Amino acid sequence: MTVKTAVITGYGINADNELRQAFIMSGSEADKIHIQDLIEKPQSLRDYHILAFPGGFSFGDHLGSGLVFAHLFKHHLKDELDSFIADGKLIIGICNGFQVLVKMGVLPNFEGDWSCDVSLIHNNTGVFENSWLEVEFNEKSHCIWTKGLDRMDVPIRHGEGRFITKSSEVLERLEKENLAAIRYSDRNPNGSENDIAGITDSTGRILGLMPHPEAFLFPENHPRWTRKEIKEGFGLRIFRNGVDYMKSRI
Amino acid sequence: MRTEVFYKNSEIDGRAKRLLSLIRGTVTDAVENLAMVDVYLTEGIAELTPDLSKELFSDPVAQEAATDTHAADSSLMPDWKYLIEVTYRPGVTNPVAITARNTIEETLSIKAAGIIQTAVQYLIKSPDLDNKTLGKLEKALYNPLIQQSRFIKREEWGEKKLPPIYPYKVVKSEVKVENFDIGNASDEDLLRLSKERLLALTLNEMKSVKSYFKDPETLKKREELGISSDTTDVELEMIAQTWSEHCKHKIFSANINYRDLETGKTERIESVFKNYIKKTTDDLTEKRPFLKSVFHDNSGVIDFDDNHLVCFKVETHNSPSALDPYGGSITGIVGVNRDIMGTGKGAKPFFNTNFLCFGEPDTPEEEIPEGLLHPATVMRGVHHGIIDGGNQSGIPTVAGGFLFDDSFTGKPLVFCGTGGLLPAEIDNEGSWINHINPGDIAVMLGGRIGKDGIHGATFSSQALDEESPSSAVQIGDPITQKKMFDFLLEARDLGLYEGITDNGAGGLSSSLGEMAEYSNGIRIDLDKCPLKYEGLAPWEILVSESQERMSLAVKPEKLERFLSLAEKRDVEATAVGEFQDTGYLDIRYKDKPACFLSIEFLHNGLPAMELEAEWKRPFSGSDPVKADLDNNKMLHDLLNEPNIASKESLVRQYDHEVGGVSVVKPFTGANSDAPSDGAVLRPVFESERGVTVTHGVCPRYSDKDTYDMAMCAVDEAYRAHIGSGGNPEFAAVLDNFCWPDPVESETTPDGKYKLAQLVRACKGLNRACIDYGLPLISGKDSMKNDARMGGKKVSIRPTLLVSLMGIIDNTGKSVTTDFKNPGDNIYILGNTNGELGGTFFEKISGGSYGPAPSVDTETALSTYTRLSDAIQKNLVASCHDISDGGIAVALAESTLGGMTGSEISIDSLPGSSAGETARLLFCESPSRFIVSVSPDKSSDFEKTMKGSPFRLIGKTTDTGKMTIMKNNTAVIEASVDSISNSWKREDF
Repeated sequence: MTVKTAVITGYGINADNELRQAFIMSGSEADKIHIQDLIEKPQSLRDYHILAFPGGFSFGDHLGSGLVFAHLFKHHLKDELDSFIADGKLIIGICNGFQVLVKMGVLPNFEGDWSCDVSLIHNNTGVFENSWLEVEFNEKSHCIWTKGLDRMDVPIRHGEGRFITKSSEVLERLEKENLAAIRYSDRNPNGSENDIAGITDSTGRILGLMPHPEAFLFPENHPRWTRKEIKEGFGLRIFRNGVDYMKSRI
Repeated sequence: MRTEVFYKNSEIDGRAKRLLSLIRGTVTDAVENLAMVDVYLTEGIAELTPDLSKELFSDPVAQEAATDTHAADSSLMPDWKYLIEVTYRPGVTNPVAITARNTIEETLSIKAAGIIQTAVQYLIKSPDLDNKTLGKLEKALYNPLIQQSRFIKREEWGEKKLPPIYPYKVVKSEVKVENFDIGNASDEDLLRLSKERLLALTLNEMKSVKSYFKDPETLKKREELGISSDTTDVELEMIAQTWSEHCKHKIFSANINYRDLETGKTERIESVFKNYIKKTTDDLTEKRPFLKSVFHDNSGVIDFDDNHLVCFKVETHNSPSALDPYGGSITGIVGVNRDIMGTGKGAKPFFNTNFLCFGEPDTPEEEIPEGLLHPATVMRGVHHGIIDGGNQSGIPTVAGGFLFDDSFTGKPLVFCGTGGLLPAEIDNEGSWINHINPGDIAVMLGGRIGKDGIHGATFSSQALDEESPSSAVQIGDPITQKKMFDFLLEARDLGLYEGITDNGAGGLSSSLGEMAEYSNGIRIDLDKCPLKYEGLAPWEILVSESQERMSLAVKPEKLERFLSLAEKRDVEATAVGEFQDTGYLDIRYKDKPACFLSIEFLHNGLPAMELEAEWKRPFSGSDPVKADLDNNKMLHDLLNEPNIASKESLVRQYDHEVGGVSVVKPFTGANSDAPSDGAVLRPVFESERGVTVTHGVCPRYSDKDTYDMAMCAVDEAYRAHIGSGGNPEFAAVLDNFCWPDPVESETTPDGKYKLAQLVRACKGLNRACIDYGLPLISGKDSMKNDARMGGKKVSIRPTLLVSLMGIIDNTGKSVTTDFKNPGDNIYILGNTNGELGGTFFEKISGGSYGPAPSVDTETALSTYTRLSDAIQKNLVASCHDISDGGIAVALAESTLGGMTGSEISIDSLPGSSAGETARLLFCESPSRFIVSVSPDKSSDFEKTMKGSPFRLIGKTTDTGKMTIMKNNTAVIEASVDSISNSWKREDF
């Protein structure tokens, strides 16, 4: 059976094409689903094994990044999403998608009630930045998306990627349970607490991250590919992890 | 209800910190702290309870929200001294308020009928500031042209209150059609009418209107249909808009008597467009079979591969950006995006590119004429608009540039370009074909119509003066537009419409007017057009430039499907008329005739202008180069010159790789901080084929001869394409002319010379494009880039931006500018001829150094063909074109990229340069490159280049410094660190 991925789109999401491509190149079928169509027919989510929230500026981030999209999901799709998670399926949110997951409360979702414990706010520089940097993966994390990964060059492209927690207890718990799956390793571009670039939940099946692995599908995407040999688009490894995990379970 | 949202810990608000440092830098460093509060004002929405409002508008982890108290009273806020709250003026688009409304409606599943406004509040901690400083502070925080504000001092707090809602009503116009008896008007009356109604039509043009309305055939037709013989205001506005310089390119179509005082010859040129621009492409059509659609559509279309086409357009948005830099530039971007969406059956934008030209950023405040914004302020606003416009649209911004020149103080030039991708066929037909048949329904799609940008088209055809209308400013909303584009691509692929064009300058009058030419007629019902608010006169509905709108032709049997998909995607679509084949434009308001004009007259009735041009070469002698010139200092001055210096911190605020198609990025090298010559993208995931995007522009050469200026601009764009690995026989270019007014008049006594400059630029453009085989596929001209303020006239240097989109067969063979490994051989390709006229050396030195560089296309083409061959054979490790600042600067940039070192000798460069060292180091002879080649490939490389001017001049090293030798003496020696320090300015 083929793994099927739903890539959410609409209202200012803009990295949906490359995210869909990433899943196709990783061996999944992938459809773009307009959020309005999903709200109209929530049960259509049941046809999919992976739900992917791409980057972009949903609703312009006018009220704060990801906030409006999060409200839409919370008010219209909470039950469907809860059973999607309970069924052992996978979710990934990248950049704006990470912001949506965090503002919905699906990450880290300590108590299972979608309460918000962490947030992503304006970079400490106050400006949007597009640069490549290196991230390292937490080897102790049980996140299935980052399994076996060590370090990776990836681009960041955000103005609101500063990861903060509600309290020091939340941060401690994230660290203690190894939920901080991805960290900035050469420099912290936005003032994130503990250099956190991505987190997972207690199931390890949900990942949210600020950097864009879907922008590194081909060797030529790397900023220094004319200087050294880049064997493949390393960003694909994250998506392959997800697709392979699902493949073995359906 | 007033909902105020603010950070619990104001110290972590990066936005506020950034603004604080800006204010401390540009207004006063007395300001100690600043906090920002987002304010939501609602009225008449019963479903929105205070708790819901707080939930919807705030982030519960980071923020606090209050409905019954003020942030200003919160202990979480700094101990403020001044409160400034800013919101938009009535009728100005506020994208945040649109989102707030969407949020309420979509989340609560209601239709919110009430008022929703948003504002931003600044709480400023500082000692007492004097009135002058407070004035500057307010100026830094808002633009009174489009925004309104409340200012409260701490001691007045409590007694002075913040409003529950700001004024939002727009002044209503009288909703009626006005009549004028043009047929019996005197010349004086005609001129007065043109001036009073801001028609911007000359007496000659008004007389043509008069004779149309006196024509017995016109009168007979009108009588038959029971239409008064008087001319309506709707008709006048329609004609004025269609005949505006902006839409009709009157100067490019004019009959010009061109006298060349150098040769003594006189020529009569009937349209420089026909004779030089269109002719270039016509002459190349056979040689370049990849052309699909040129000039007549919203952008030029060429082949990409068997299954795809690409299109490209660059527009300018200068006048609006002078008044409202942020709104002007964002509207420029979303506007040119619509040109792409309105090409053929609709193309998907896949890159934005821009060139931004400002006055010198460090001009002293007192030198700025009253009424003009400081160049640094203009730049900040324009840059911000480019960031939001591109990033929020999800279109990567690539291959742009900044130009600084004191002549741009009067009017900034904001060139906004977009490239698009089309499937080769849609519905078994070429996707570039747009056809509209009688019986098709005219549909307006997107935002509603308000008074935004009324007279924008005619306004941009005039000089900027104290009376420039504020209604000429619009603000684009990328998110609303993105929603519309997503819908359009869906509808396109379902085959739901026949033809499409954008609503830009001139609004419906322009879009539907142009579409009506296809079917030869249209009927429009203005009262069916959805309005933002009541009180728009019929003519205002017709010419309004409200943003985010497209016009389409839809077959009647597909209308219902089209409209219902639009509704589902939350995009407003309205049938406003029907295409016909009557030969007339029949516009009604509540069924009564408002405008009835012959299509033939409207589009071909404009009399050609008769203009005079006279070329007299300016002084072309040269000052001697100073004998004691410090070449090292000159190198660092050049690297630090605003035009040449790194703009990395500005450019990194653009998303340059959304879409996942990036191959060569704006910055390259070991630390990704050295400049690229252009961009390379691979727009189709399944294909290794790519496009290059490059520009050429050199307005300083216009001081010497615009013929050379134009040829150098073409050469610069083409050589960057070649140097990046592009196919020499597969590229197309756009011409974008920005000129000072070239028509002789009382205010422009040197009009003949400026027009001669235009003629010569067109001749140079034609020569270079023909020789290089570069068809011109689309273009734009903006001919009144002058400002008159306080009795002072500031005119721009004649500027031609040449923008190129080319094909690179295999993106895996792209080449970047950075040196790769120590020990590689460094070559110079092309002739060094020592010209310093118009160069950045001349700018820094002061004085005059003779003629501008000139292009020898034959030699250049041989270099380009061979270099391209060498690149295809994988022989080239790095390639950087030599442009601003000459060899010295190009070598410094490649050395910086490699983070290694370099040593070259300039003893025997190919070319005819005279002895002065500075001429060799800093001249800007075109068609040259600095190339590095690994030693084991050097012999093959030399074999491939044989027959073109090239020379081995040195090696890359691991010394961490760059050395340039002449006669065994180092004439320049600079460490990589010092290069980096000079090149990276702190103020950018």
